[in-house]
Amino acid sequence: MARKLMRGNDALAEAAILAGCKAFFGYPITPQNEIPAYMADQLPLRGGVYLQAESEVSAINMVYGAAGAGARVMTSSSSPGISLKQEGISYIAAAELPCVIVNVMRCGPGLGGIHPSQGDYFQAVKGGGHGDYKLIVLAPGSVQEMADLTILAFDLADKWRNPVMILADGILGQMMEPVVFEEDLKINQVEKPWATTGAIGRKPNIINTLDIVPESLEQKNIALLTKYDEIRKQEVRWQEIHTEDADLILVAYGTSARVARSAMEEARKKGLKVGLFRPISLYPFPEGEISRLASSKTEFLTIEMSSGQMVEDVRLAVNGKCPVHFTNRLGGMVPTVEDILEKIEEIYEGSDH
Amino acid sequence: MDIVFQRPESMTGEQMHYCPGCTHGIIHRLVGEAIDDLDIREQTIGIASVGCSVFAYDYFNCDMQQASHGRAPAVATGIKRVLPDKMVFAYQGDGDLASIGMAEIVHAAARSENITVIFVNNAIYGMTSGQMAPTTLIGQKTTTTPRGRTVSEAGYPIKMCELLATLDGVTYLERVSSHDAKHILQAKRAIKKAFEIQQGGKGFAMVEVLSTCSVNWGMTPIESMDWLADNMIPYYPLGVFKDVSVEEGV
Amino acid sequence: MPVEGDEWMKGKVIVDQERCKECSLCILACPHDVLRISKEINFKGYHPVEVYAPEKCTGCTLCAVICPDLALIIKRQKPERK
Repeated sequence: MARKLMRGNDALAEAAILAGCKAFFGYPITPQNEIPAYMADQLPLRGGVYLQAESEVSAINMVYGAAGAGARVMTSSSSPGISLKQEGISYIAAAELPCVIVNVMRCGPGLGGIHPSQGDYFQAVKGGGHGDYKLIVLAPGSVQEMADLTILAFDLADKWRNPVMILADGILGQMMEPVVFEEDLKINQVEKPWATTGAIGRKPNIINTLDIVPESLEQKNIALLTKYDEIRKQEVRWQEIHTEDADLILVAYGTSARVARSAMEEARKKGLKVGLFRPISLYPFPEGEISRLASSKTEFLTIEMSSGQMVEDVRLAVNGKCPVHFTNRLGGMVPTVEDILEKIEEIYEGSDH
Repeated sequence: MDIVFQRPESMTGEQMHYCPGCTHGIIHRLVGEAIDDLDIREQTIGIASVGCSVFAYDYFNCDMQQASHGRAPAVATGIKRVLPDKMVFAYQGDGDLASIGMAEIVHAAARSENITVIFVNNAIYGMTSGQMAPTTLIGQKTTTTPRGRTVSEAGYPIKMCELLATLDGVTYLERVSSHDAKHILQAKRAIKKAFEIQQGGKGFAMVEVLSTCSVNWGMTPIESMDWLADNMIPYYPLGVFKDVSVEEGV
Repeated sequence: MPVEGDEWMKGKVIVDQERCKECSLCILACPHDVLRISKEINFKGYHPVEVYAPEKCTGCTLCAVICPDLALIIKRQKPERK
């Protein structure tokens, strides 16, 4: 299969179409505008439906309708637009509808800027919308992963009847790298007898999230939690490099992980035994794997483009077994290899408290 | 003797939770009768909105989706775009459609979405116990306009049929009333036509049904019917506000 | 429940008493004063409507048209064509 040089956003969109995405509803917002543009161009030519909605709110509700009608459907946006979608996402999770939601993160809070950030980790992983629900959250670290994880997202969404979020950032969306698409990708079609396709010869299907009887709604919540337990057992994904002998393990995802990897290699050249742990699934978080690596002989350094969000989950996973350090940039600034190396050296010198 | 009037097949027969005399019950039945008359029950997906009619998914005997507040036209769009051969209708109240959902209804109409919208306008918020709606009349007392709605505080009521009629994407708009049997029968004709327009692929059709809310208006059902005729119809005149269904052809 | 031998009636209203909410709109709509509120009490606590003057019923269905609760079934004689 030929390698093609593609922009991250474009690779994601192409992968979605290859995965059988039948409908895309979106709204313009930087830095993800290439996704609706690619979908507008390609999707109608390849058996799908594209519609620019009047707002992100409207788009997520179009997703709810189309997902309830049994279609593979996607929306994409960036941080402020994802905030607008939160009610709709809660509804989709509650109704157990499959869909893919892409967040190409930009810096905030508020209107913020258009440069990359990782400031929506809490929103993606801890809730964002109201109520007790979880999204499966996948964090690509390369243009190839923008494609591969999108295809995986559609499969996981159908497998679990759950919304799946691709949590990328502005750099991944805009950068160009070679991508390989699998030839003749087989789409894992799933039967959807629950979908509202017209009650021909069957009882009507109802897609609904309202339940005013507490005993009943509690059971629905427990059923969701049971599903999330299974997701936590089966869908953890991560990458680790040089962790076997590491006494300092860098923990980062997305663009931060790319910079961290370079910093790790520089540190190794200096004889420092640094490793990298890169979560690929942010929900379910690879807490078991981090816990495995935590011991009196290791320390962790979490690197994020945020004020410190994933680091809380790292600390929970480490559970006090060893120190967890943190370094970051904010406001659209990207950590440099030098920033991280400086922090690594501080830790080795024991001067970081 | 033959039965000449009974429950439409497109209604489940579940007892409806509405207040005594609430016109929702009548309008639900008209929708059910229209679906029966056109024999489209198995092709139809309805969208229940948020308001007193939130439980409509229990009352219509077809596939149903329950949408978040105001977003029914967007949900309808999502369904219709992926299942263009099915019949999709949204059933909304005045808060759902004209307040929080204003953007969604305007844009669905502007896009000429091939859907049918039933807009139940009773000039008040029922489910949440009687607050002002965008269609509450000047001087009308509600829990959030306790001394009567004033222009200086809350501006003017919105005439949705007139507003949407300015959009090229709209094929059919009619405002009807439910305050007596004669008007109810006219309402049924309008609702059936709105479904026929969707059947013909002719674009966006909406029927606004002036309705009562006797509990929150503080009247008996019979008094409410009179209040509707005497107060709402002068401000919200009945009639067809747009009909290009013949010009659209096909 | 319906009484046997209703062939003499032109029209007939069958009231589902448990559905009726005593809104009285049917009484308003009926052109022939067929219906009235009964003294019964149904499960919900309403006094349901009852057929008071069955002989006056023409089966016009206006009561059922205005009933919000699917509480009325209407029967009508097919007119004899001579």
